[in-house]
Amino acid sequence: MKYMLIMNTPRDGYDQYVSWPKKILEANIAFMTTFTRKLSAAGELVSGEGLASPAQAKLVRAGKDGKPITDGVFPESKEFLAGYWIVDVDSPERAYQIAAEASTAPGATIKAADGTLIDCLWIEVREIMSGPPEHPE
Amino acid sequence: VTSSRLDLRVERLLRDLAPQVLGAVVRRFHEFVASEDAVQDALIAAAAQWPRDGVPDNPRGWLIQVALRRMTDYVRSETSRRNREAVVADDIPVVVAPPPYSEPEIDPDDTLVLLFMCCHPALTSASAIALTLRAVGGLTTAEIAKAFLVPESTIGQRISRAKQSIKTSGVPFSMPDVDERAQRLSSVLHVLYLVFNEGYTTSSGAELHRSDLSNEAIRLTREVHKLLPDNGEVAGLLALMLLTDARRAARTGGNGELIPLDEQDRTLWDGQVIAEGVALVSAALSKGSVGEYQLQAAIAAVHDEAARAEDTDWPQIRALYGVLMRMTDNPLVALNHAIATAMVDGPIAGLESLAPLQDDERLRGNHRLDAVRAHLLERAGECDAAVALYREAASKTTSVPERNYLVMKAARVREAMG
Repeated sequence: MKYMLIMNTPRDGYDQYVSWPKKILEANIAFMTTFTRKLSAAGELVSGEGLASPAQAKLVRAGKDGKPITDGVFPESKEFLAGYWIVDVDSPERAYQIAAEASTAPGATIKAADGTLIDCLWIEVREIMSGPPEHPE
Repeated sequence: VTSSRLDLRVERLLRDLAPQVLGAVVRRFHEFVASEDAVQDALIAAAAQWPRDGVPDNPRGWLIQVALRRMTDYVRSETSRRNREAVVADDIPVVVAPPPYSEPEIDPDDTLVLLFMCCHPALTSASAIALTLRAVGGLTTAEIAKAFLVPESTIGQRISRAKQSIKTSGVPFSMPDVDERAQRLSSVLHVLYLVFNEGYTTSSGAELHRSDLSNEAIRLTREVHKLLPDNGEVAGLLALMLLTDARRAARTGGNGELIPLDEQDRTLWDGQVIAEGVALVSAALSKGSVGEYQLQAAIAAVHDEAARAEDTDWPQIRALYGVLMRMTDNPLVALNHAIATAMVDGPIAGLESLAPLQDDERLRGNHRLDAVRAHLLERAGECDAAVALYREAASKTTSVPERNYLVMKAARVREAMG
């Protein structure tokens, strides 16, 4: 079964991240590299991506002529998707275990939109829908 | 011989033979799309059988024969399909009898004609890259997908879309005429350059597969150089790839972090590869032809010939970028020229020559200008401004190793300020 492990960040999380002290940045980068390598070596990693800063993000929909209409200024989202891992595991418990480990990535305390301080990230775990069963009989 | 050794030998042999076999089959059937499928089938069959049963005495003949047999089946089923449809449509059936097999002549230009076809300017670069790697490079769809970190079906789609475009555009399997050749060659070189870069700007996770792409780009460019030894830009591109690739081992650290040129351990550079690249670009330039790839290669050569970063001949690099600036209005060339200026005349002079780029629309959203300015401001002692720009650049880049490098730079400068 496949799960998506989602890491969100407050609106200005990227700005906060680039201002972290050197030691914490070093620890964070090393953690992420090792964590992804470990998952990959265990054969559990399907894919994982980090997203670029939302500063350049656009909201897009089709206009009446089918051409894209973009919204240059991002609306007041409190949180943004920062990145995700897709893992293929035997049980939901294993997915939670991986998510728990991901949440321990070293980092400085981040201030959320409502002012609360976050010192350990929440990882959102969602099961991925599959295609039709291989043997319907 | 261990089995993995044999696998590797077979793999190399198949990649070398792929364009020759495809050329021979297309020459016979004048049908690129179906021939390419037939050759791919033959390559896959060989990859399964040869490591087990041994390489046949005439591997090329073996592959051609298997591919021709596939083509014969294809032609038969096409013929009967057309005959069936002709009954309904009252059309004249087109019967193509499969020609009897004899060892076909191998035209060395086939590889070039295939490249011209696969890198046709009508194709998107993503499609051209995928098709080139498969049809000329002899890679399987699965191998290409692995290298680009995308699902196999995505690459499969790109290849079939590319082949469809070739079919509908009616590009013939023949050497373009002299007038068109230069322009088509530049598309080929561009595609090879993109393949190289894709492998070179590697992200940490999948280093191994990605560097395969650089090797493949070098191998194919080498083939083109063999076919067109007097073309300065082909030699220039090959030299540029070699001179860049020679630094690969020194370019990233243990965690995939980026190490800039001036901080690299130069003893890790590959001296033999550098010597080959330098010889290639020197020979090309001495013939009096000047092109963008040759100039870029010449610049890479100047860097590679400096035993220590401080020995770099910056005045010469600035002069070379100056020539390059007259050939292209690429703002990144101007950016590099400004860096060389800063190395020769100091950071303030460098910052001044960056000023005209500030309003360049093409650099908006690009992190490089900010990163370079940050670096020069740091050297000029303007630490606050440097930190702000390093952070700005970090939030703009889409490369993880580069982002990591830039945030670390910002943190280091700020912490040194106390």
